[in-house]
Amino acid sequence: MTFIKSEIRSGVYYDSAVLMKLQRSLIDLPGVLDAGVVMATEANKDLLAQADLLTDDIKAAGVNDLAIVVKGGSEEAAQSALQKVDELIAARRGEGVSQEYRSQSIESAAKRLPSAGWVLVSVPGRYAAGVTREALGMNKHVFLYSDNVPLEDEISLKQEAAQKGLLVMGPDCGTAIVNGVGLGFANKVRRGPIGLVAASGTGLQQVTVRIHQMGGGVTHALGTGGRDLSEAVNAVTARQALDLLRRDPDTRVIVLVSKPPSPKVAGELIEAARQAGKPVVVDFIGYATAMRRMDNVTFVTTFDEAAELAVQLSKTGAQKEDDFNPAPFAPEQRYLRGLFSGGTLAYEAQLVLREYLPAVYSNAPLSKELRLKDSLTSQEHTLIDLGEDEFTVGRLHPMMDNDLRIRRLEKEAADPEVAVILLDVVLGYGAHPNPAGELAPAIAKVRRAAAENGRHLEVVAVVSGTDEDPQNMAEQVRALKEAGAVVETSNDAAARRVGRLLRALNPQGPTAPSAFAEVNLSAIKEPLAAINVGLESFTVSLAAQKAEVIHVDWRPPAGGNERLANILARMKSKT
Amino acid sequence: MDIEKANSEAVNRMMEGRPIVTTLGKALETVPGMHENMLLHAGPPVTWERMSGPMRGAMMGALIFEGKAKNGEEAEKLLASGKIEFSPCHEHMCTGPMAGVISPSMQVYVVENQTHGIKCFSNLNEGRGKVLRMGAYSPEVIEKLRWMESTLGPAIKAALEAMGGVDIRALLAKALHMGDDGHNRLDAASILWTTQLAPYIAKTAKDSATAYETIKFLGENALSVLNPVMAGCKSMTAAAHNIEGSTIVTIMARNGTDFGLKVSGLGDRWFTAQAPVVKALYFPGFTEADACRDIGDSVITETAGIGGFAMATAPALVTFIGGKPQDAINTTLDMYEITHTEHKYFTIPFLDFRGTPTGIDIRKVVEKQITPRVNTGVAHKEPGIGQVGAGVVSMPMAPFEEALIAFADKYGF
Repeated sequence: MTFIKSEIRSGVYYDSAVLMKLQRSLIDLPGVLDAGVVMATEANKDLLAQADLLTDDIKAAGVNDLAIVVKGGSEEAAQSALQKVDELIAARRGEGVSQEYRSQSIESAAKRLPSAGWVLVSVPGRYAAGVTREALGMNKHVFLYSDNVPLEDEISLKQEAAQKGLLVMGPDCGTAIVNGVGLGFANKVRRGPIGLVAASGTGLQQVTVRIHQMGGGVTHALGTGGRDLSEAVNAVTARQALDLLRRDPDTRVIVLVSKPPSPKVAGELIEAARQAGKPVVVDFIGYATAMRRMDNVTFVTTFDEAAELAVQLSKTGAQKEDDFNPAPFAPEQRYLRGLFSGGTLAYEAQLVLREYLPAVYSNAPLSKELRLKDSLTSQEHTLIDLGEDEFTVGRLHPMMDNDLRIRRLEKEAADPEVAVILLDVVLGYGAHPNPAGELAPAIAKVRRAAAENGRHLEVVAVVSGTDEDPQNMAEQVRALKEAGAVVETSNDAAARRVGRLLRALNPQGPTAPSAFAEVNLSAIKEPLAAINVGLESFTVSLAAQKAEVIHVDWRPPAGGNERLANILARMKSKT
Repeated sequence: MDIEKANSEAVNRMMEGRPIVTTLGKALETVPGMHENMLLHAGPPVTWERMSGPMRGAMMGALIFEGKAKNGEEAEKLLASGKIEFSPCHEHMCTGPMAGVISPSMQVYVVENQTHGIKCFSNLNEGRGKVLRMGAYSPEVIEKLRWMESTLGPAIKAALEAMGGVDIRALLAKALHMGDDGHNRLDAASILWTTQLAPYIAKTAKDSATAYETIKFLGENALSVLNPVMAGCKSMTAAAHNIEGSTIVTIMARNGTDFGLKVSGLGDRWFTAQAPVVKALYFPGFTEADACRDIGDSVITETAGIGGFAMATAPALVTFIGGKPQDAINTTLDMYEITHTEHKYFTIPFLDFRGTPTGIDIRKVVEKQITPRVNTGVAHKEPGIGQVGAGVVSMPMAPFEEALIAFADKYGF
């Protein structure tokens, strides 16, 4: 037994699709066998008749009448379904445009959000390079969270990026802060004048949170990925990041954090840091340097120290060091000659100078490739320990006898390529009773001779003594100064002074290969907008930080079919 | 070889095509390759044995209409005899909705792409209800076909010739701003079509009764412009065909058994797979179990960048895809993922007047595993019954993948 109930509504208009939807909703109700919701046209009446749904009411209705008919297993079922019509229509109206569209590709996401300058990539490693390449092709910076990206891909991606002035932060880059917005895993950190470059994820997070806790703040914290500072990758991203922070007027202090890089890369990065023109705090975790400080660069060994020093420097500014004026030197004057009487002083001076000069040769060198072929003949930068056995056979130690040192001083001073002479003058019991009495006239003489030949000879003397020593230290210093020497009482300070001067006379080439295009700083400082490909939580985080972001519903190319994916890849690479 | 360049050329030709409906003619005298014993049909080639119910029904009706058979039984016998040649509309610059059967005596619209000098054709639309294109062949269906041949066709022909033709691209551009998608919803386009024709029908019809009948029929049929629109789209996509090195799809079509496509740079080869089942809303009394597999040449509209691709312009259609306006927007946004560009002339107000997604690129379809989405009507799977619903359907992936492999073979990738 079935029951048919119908209702006519005159003068209402609903789109036929809406009516069909309503009809389907009615059929889904319990106890309903069939239903029809149509405008009462003749054609529709025929259809209803075929389905055995045509009632007398509907037969009498016209084209402007809405016919609603329900066939139920019981009278109540049919009746209660009819009573739900308004509810069903109203329910439909309540549904708004709530669902966000999910882009299927970077390309379409970029069209929807043209201001997006960044693409976050966290797809499986084997696909990450392809996605990154696509992003670079659209001139976007990339935050590459994915790991297991082959090294060759990292190298080629970073080269391509560098040529376009784009950053590839990663692979395996866990964290970054760009313009106040955290990418990947990042803490909510106050904005401020400290910029960071780091290979390590949690290390960078630790330094930034400590900076925040100590009252400081961050401009940008740029990740590079763990392999960036290897010789193979050659720190492409770190160099770009350093250069970017160097040019950023809002960044007043730079912090560079990494596990120990290759010595070659470390040397080049430190060189780049020294040219930054602002304080740089370096924490190459566990990396040994002879000095805690070189020019604007300070070395620390823990994240905490890095944060503390950065905050302090951001408040006080860098300690100003003298600028050297290379003007008085003749163009060919470039080299150092160190004439030491003390072996350990000579050794420490070489350690300090290593951070300023590519090579300092010696008869008592730091390593065997720096050994002089002939101790009597200097080459390039040379530092001689005149207290070595070879010089003391049959004569007094140079701390007691200045003769040998003065002869060598005259010889070196006559070399037109020599710019700086560094001497130690050791006072105290047992030493020569008046070393300045002999050395000062010699210094005055060689400086005069140089001046007569159009050269300026810088002589720096380290006087190691106390005011209670028998030689009368004040008198020694006065005599040396009168002879035109610069006098320091600290071996370290003297070596550094000489180092800085020689660096000024021996300018270093640019550290970044010239193929690098500058990363556009003003674009980085625009409000961050990004496209996220992969982990959805990154989209959520960006949105929570009020950054504009579009999530890409990424799937492997050709659904993972390798044959088709390879064809597509070949088509892309060949065209 | 520059695929991008080839595709830009193909899609530019597609968009710059300017189809004008100029006149009507008898298929036998107008359609290239047509002969007395030929029936054209929708989709890729198909044999009588594999032919779907509605297409069989339409073929039977067509033979009755042609006077070659007195009834269904006779028609069926003749059709199975091998004496009648079946050929896809697309092989004759034609397109037909649903079964798409065009017989030699039928009147066809002549649509001329004036930019490229390409002529395309389509039959007259019969309206909704029991119609040949849905596989119905009862006497009333044949009766209507005869009226269309004797009255409707000549009246429209005279009006078109008197007015100098109707610009289909301009008409569609307008209709998209009036809530049409250009395929499944042509309410606005059909009104525009009727209002343009009406004065000239009134002027040229042999008497006022003819004018009245013709205008009434056109005005009441929300699909009256579907066939010229399809021929217009065909004339645009045909202009994009045979561009060396192009991966743009220039034909998609279904016959209720198979889905088939052609690619600009791959010549005349069809790439086919079983036609999909449409996810539809059904008329009272029908369910998915009654539905024929996807059928018709009307997917030429999607191929040209409208229809399902322009879903965002037709919010009233959204319930076909599950209900919410955002879904319609999403359908269009999805189609941007697989198309070459945005249409120059067909735009979407809601998306800030972005052009519709245009020029299906097989590379993008395969890479993203997204196939074209199509708005369509659904025919009953048995001959003689007719339409049972309407809905949306995604085309099958396999032909796109096969085409990509064929492309790689041909061009050495």
